[in-house]
Amino acid sequence: MSPQPLSGIQSMDDKTFETGLMERIRAGDKNACAECIEIHSPGIYRLALRLMRNEADAEEVVQETFLSAFKGIDRFDGRSGLRTWLFRIAYNAAMMRLRRGKPEEVSVEEAADPEEGAPVPQALFAWRDLPEEELGKAEVREVLERAIRELPEKLRTVFVMRELEELSTEETAAALEISEDLVKTRLHRARLGLRERLTGYFAR
Amino acid sequence: MDHEYCRDMLENLSLFVEGDAPPELCSEIERHMAGCGNCRIVVDTLRRTIDLYHQLPRRDLPEQARERLYKSLDLTDLLKKGD
Repeated sequence: MSPQPLSGIQSMDDKTFETGLMERIRAGDKNACAECIEIHSPGIYRLALRLMRNEADAEEVVQETFLSAFKGIDRFDGRSGLRTWLFRIAYNAAMMRLRRGKPEEVSVEEAADPEEGAPVPQALFAWRDLPEEELGKAEVREVLERAIRELPEKLRTVFVMRELEELSTEETAAALEISEDLVKTRLHRARLGLRERLTGYFAR
Repeated sequence: MDHEYCRDMLENLSLFVEGDAPPELCSEIERHMAGCGNCRIVVDTLRRTIDLYHQLPRRDLPEQARERLYKSLDLTDLLKKGD
């Protein structure tokens, strides 16, 4: 299986590989389905985990994503890349599940219009030096993950897609069916929100 | 971040830390930062926030979840262990 670079921009080689893979999936080639899973399931799982915030639900979202993608392969028109299309299916599946469950508590930040001005930073403290090995600590990783979990859903989703899974602004906009400007605004709000939360832990 | 100028600048900080701000805007922000300790802190900690998340190890789909995924798609015969 040829390893596929997962950066935001697709080269012609990626496009050619992807077109071939899609044709094989359409033709019912199970090996092609397995290749697609091997390439894309880790990213889809990480997105689902951060949306659902628990492993069991994330796993179900991953299953639902590939099931609906393979069943509905004829709906893939190739305008967006395969990964973008899969992220869109996964996002919609996760949102359906979340809405089906008990209504989420709406935080003050969630209630605020994310398109309004950026929140003014309150935590104005310099951070202590962080030795490289510090990131290896489970405690630090949990601090970073918790800060993501606490973000309002709209900001969290954009942050995960853009910053962690390295979709481009264009791909993120296509996956979420929103404008590129809105992706940029939400990413900026997410970064500021995370900075605020992390300052409580990393301040000198 | 009490000054109106700091608040206006805030909107452009992602562009600035990504290196995507136009040169005039960069110079303007740098000039402001030279005299504003709070904005220096926000820019520095915003950069470090982004760096930290870029270094966060990526989790993979757990092996048992991968096996269940293949089973749910009727692809078990193609499951390669330890891929």
